[in-house]
Amino acid sequence: MDSVFIIEKSAIIVAVFALTMLMAMYSTWAERKVAAFLQDRVGPNRAGWGGLLQPLADGAKLFTKEEFFPNTPNKFLFILGPFIAMSTALITSAVIPWGDKIHVFGKDVLLQATDIDVSVLYVFGVLSIGVYGIMIGAWASNNKYSLMSAVRASSQMISYEVAMGLAMISILMMSGSLSLKEITVMQANDGWNIFYQPLAFIIFLICSFAETNRTPFDLAECESELIGGYHTEYSSMKMGFYLFAEYANMFISSAILSVVFLGGYHFPGMDWVNANWGINIGAILGFLALFAKICFFIFFYMWVRWTIPRFRYDQLMHLGWKILIPLAVINIIITGIVMVLFK
Amino acid sequence: MLLYVFYILSAITLGTAFLTVISKNAIHSAIYLVVCFFSLAGHYLLFNAQFLAVVHIIVYAGAIMVLLLFTLMLMNLNNEDETSKPLYTKFAAVISAGLLCLVLIAALRKALPENIEYVNSGTDFQSIKVLGKVLLNEYAVPFEFASVLLLVSMIGAVLISKKEEKI
Repeated sequence: MDSVFIIEKSAIIVAVFALTMLMAMYSTWAERKVAAFLQDRVGPNRAGWGGLLQPLADGAKLFTKEEFFPNTPNKFLFILGPFIAMSTALITSAVIPWGDKIHVFGKDVLLQATDIDVSVLYVFGVLSIGVYGIMIGAWASNNKYSLMSAVRASSQMISYEVAMGLAMISILMMSGSLSLKEITVMQANDGWNIFYQPLAFIIFLICSFAETNRTPFDLAECESELIGGYHTEYSSMKMGFYLFAEYANMFISSAILSVVFLGGYHFPGMDWVNANWGINIGAILGFLALFAKICFFIFFYMWVRWTIPRFRYDQLMHLGWKILIPLAVINIIITGIVMVLFK
Repeated sequence: MLLYVFYILSAITLGTAFLTVISKNAIHSAIYLVVCFFSLAGHYLLFNAQFLAVVHIIVYAGAIMVLLLFTLMLMNLNNEDETSKPLYTKFAAVISAGLLCLVLIAALRKALPENIEYVNSGTDFQSIKVLGKVLLNEYAVPFEFASVLLLVSMIGAVLISKKEEKI
């Protein structure tokens, strides 16, 4: 393995890591601003211009808070919980194609940490272990409200993973590949998936809300029933990690939604730009296009959060098992029939 | 280099497998089991079997989440009330598991993998495109048997969980 390859990949990984952290930080700011806008308020405006330094102030506050341990026999698992939540939120970004090739130092560099053969499955794998952070942390807090919240979170996660996977299958049937890079290339050639698979898109979107534990599916953090939810016993930066992981998850799931359904880094006229202005500018514009799509989805998450009230638990399970899963199966059947008839 | 990775992974696998059996706390057992499955996925990655590794994590990590939930909801976590099985059932369980292992080893020892033509032609038979073809051409019958097995277990689960009607 040559050192140039290692340096190139390390640079991309560090850049993606920094981007995810930055976006997670500023999502907290954006969430407050959007909430304020939707409720006809001003929102944070003390720290920096327009409250732009608010995330730093929050971070400093969380770091300097008292570190509190509940009376638990499982200190190790208690610390492990936020650790797992944060790491699983960050490692998904490895397979997301952030852009096309760029040409620097006489070398083609792919703007992606790794293009593995099974990246879609990798995303689902990370998703299925993401809930361990919540589950282990909440169980180790030795608090019945935390435990209730974790049981809710994990059963919700297990239920919605099924519908999400089934919605994904119809996309995979069309693309014939499990690589997110190839799914993007296919969309650049044939048109975005959202136009071919609107039903799958809606199912996937709803399931993303459930998987990231966002309102209207944030039953795990139902304050009126469960105090604070799974992080009731956490304080200081350990709680900060849980909150941060939620926003990092939101960013990553927005990125996956954009890559799978909105064409990733593809934008109308990409071929023309590549041919006339060079591939570097094309790749940078592509990255900006992907970034704009991601920001749109993040805004959409917040918009929904401050618009739709929380579901009840039985409504949530009903929606997942009795509506979304049958719809996803029907969507697969229709996709199969259409593919056989028109190919 | 890879050999050392193999040693470390094997140590983790064996250690956590023992801890799964030994630890008194059911939740700790489940967590050790997760770590054990992750190190097994690492073994698959050493063989360059990416698909198998990722599917292993999805299926087993998800399954253990269900196991954790069941442990929390259904099992009695108090040690005092726990009824220990008599010694002879433990022996019977160990012996039957050993017999099953013997049968499997005997059956698989002489079995030749159906991938000789792929090895000869130099195709990467770990890539999912080839893997799918192999599963549905050479291994179609075992594949279908596996799906029938899953169906049967699913129906069985529904039957067990169904409430009995009172006559």
